[in-house]
Amino acid sequence: MDRKTVIQVKNLVARYGDDIILDRISFDVYEGEIFAVLGGSGSGKSTLLKNLLGLHRPASGKIFIDGDDISECDEDALQQILRKVGVLYQSAALFGSMTVAENVALPILEYTDLSRESVDHLVKMKLNLVNLDGYQNHLPSEISGGMKKRAGLARAMALNPKILFFDEPSAGLDPVTSAELDKLIIHLNQSLGTTMVIITHELESIFAVASRVIMLHKSTRGIIADGDPKYLRDQSRNPFVKQFFNRLPADNT
Amino acid sequence: MSNSQDLQSCRYEISNGDDGAKTLHIQGRMDAATAAETIAGIKSILQPPLPTALTVDLEKVTYLDDFGALVLVELKKLMIAQKSRLHIKNADQRVKEILSILKYDESGAPATIVRKPTPNRFIRLGEGVFAQVADLNFIFSFIGSVCLSLIHVILHPRSLRLDDTFLSMKKVGVDALPIVGLISFLLGLIMAFMSSVQLQQFGANIYVASLVSLAMVRELGPIMTAIIVAGRSGSAFAAEIGTMKISDEIDALFTMGFDPTRFLVVPKIVASVITVPILTLFSDLFAIMGGLVVGVFMLDLTTNAYMAQTLKTLTLFDVFWGFLKAAVFALLIAGIGCLRGFQVRGGAAAVGQATTSAVVSSIFLIILTDAVFAVILRYWG
Repeated sequence: MDRKTVIQVKNLVARYGDDIILDRISFDVYEGEIFAVLGGSGSGKSTLLKNLLGLHRPASGKIFIDGDDISECDEDALQQILRKVGVLYQSAALFGSMTVAENVALPILEYTDLSRESVDHLVKMKLNLVNLDGYQNHLPSEISGGMKKRAGLARAMALNPKILFFDEPSAGLDPVTSAELDKLIIHLNQSLGTTMVIITHELESIFAVASRVIMLHKSTRGIIADGDPKYLRDQSRNPFVKQFFNRLPADNT
Repeated sequence: MSNSQDLQSCRYEISNGDDGAKTLHIQGRMDAATAAETIAGIKSILQPPLPTALTVDLEKVTYLDDFGALVLVELKKLMIAQKSRLHIKNADQRVKEILSILKYDESGAPATIVRKPTPNRFIRLGEGVFAQVADLNFIFSFIGSVCLSLIHVILHPRSLRLDDTFLSMKKVGVDALPIVGLISFLLGLIMAFMSSVQLQQFGANIYVASLVSLAMVRELGPIMTAIIVAGRSGSAFAAEIGTMKISDEIDALFTMGFDPTRFLVVPKIVASVITVPILTLFSDLFAIMGGLVVGVFMLDLTTNAYMAQTLKTLTLFDVFWGFLKAAVFALLIAGIGCLRGFQVRGGAAAVGQATTSAVVSSIFLIILTDAVFAVILRYWG
């Protein structure tokens, strides 16, 4: 495949103190794809995300975001690289003291020269895009969990980043809302060509959106499977992969 | 071609058509990086009189996102304000799709974000009164619930959460000892020094000991200790309970069958009421030591004479009166700290407000209660 690589991870080792969480993992994410990172609890999904965002520096190995190495760059360079990235956090992480519209407008006002009026209009369009029109003046504490997720997505997309990260997007959402979010993700991926990296363990969501997945497991502290999720579900011989995709309990025999 | 301007990656030029109509050719990327400049640039070359109709040719646009759509929306608004129209031509499938998702066709009306209108002052006054009444209501029910819980704990001493109480005692008392000691020592030093300037003129150096000990034991010891505890622990109580409240931990306690007041508030109140009087005792001792240092090194008093004068001045009643005050202050600090915590609604900012409010109202009530104590003592003693 000669598609452009936007994220490249090479021999990444992540550890907290003496605990090695991820041991020499490598993978590539190509431009415009929806890439999912799967794994059970404690498999290092969140640690991987922290490393990809430069919040936690790798013990060794390299991470390239759009060609720039974030494993060794300084704070200023990291900030520059992170401008290409948007993140939807698990709890949406909206700022509680600001209204939904102010949350979305914050990065736009900071990083573009648009007039206040234009920004208002843009925020309205963004909120329209995530079906939150009419909730501009609500505080995050006044809207539901699904709405918070969507508002968080609108904020993550405020500057139309090249790459969007989702940390457990469907956690805590009902199936309908969750399916709507999946639809929104596919929609945005197709219309804006944004590369998406989704950290999740929601099976339905994986089959609905992901074109390629990697699966982490704590026993090997690394990747135990990668490829098309439907292929993995039907063809994989790895017992854990089978259990995961078919929702079977672990057999402790 | 009437004008052209070079931007990093988005270029545009205007060509004249028939009947004053104009065509705007845009090429390149219409994204977040170019939107602001493009809007300003196009507005500057579209000087009045505006064309009767403007056609935007998007044939050479390589990329368009909602920032690009914003450029079109701004142009449309400009044209609508002049009662003329804007057409888009040669948009490719992708651009059309993005514009349709963004509901471009419905835009252009001046409807941007409508800010919440501020209600008139009568409505605000009414809302304020209702909020105050609800607040007062909450305070009374909180006081009631604390009283009931305390009675319950007195009747069933085993229901007191001992581990939590000891932990609170350590945090409120032991951990505060260094700062209480240091501040009181310095306070004693300052009092002795300032009073000696006056008393020396009358050769009444020995009364420095009386002044320091009496002022400290009766008034300043309990007040200083209470203010330090309010700043250290009252705020901590409010922040802890407030954070628990916004992360649903209080609800969790309740659904698990615990009474949040008994679980969280009673240990803190019991711990504070026990430790603050002890802290006050230390505060008194350190202040007397501060006074002693000044007395011995500056006023040529002997340690014996200073201590004898101190003991002559103080009665046991003064000491216990100070303890009583300290215990009441402790009750106020812990109660208000917890109350402000339970009042938290919303997010992180509300926790900050609760913390501030806990300290401010504790200090106010400490001073007020102290005044009440002074009046009681005046008429009773």
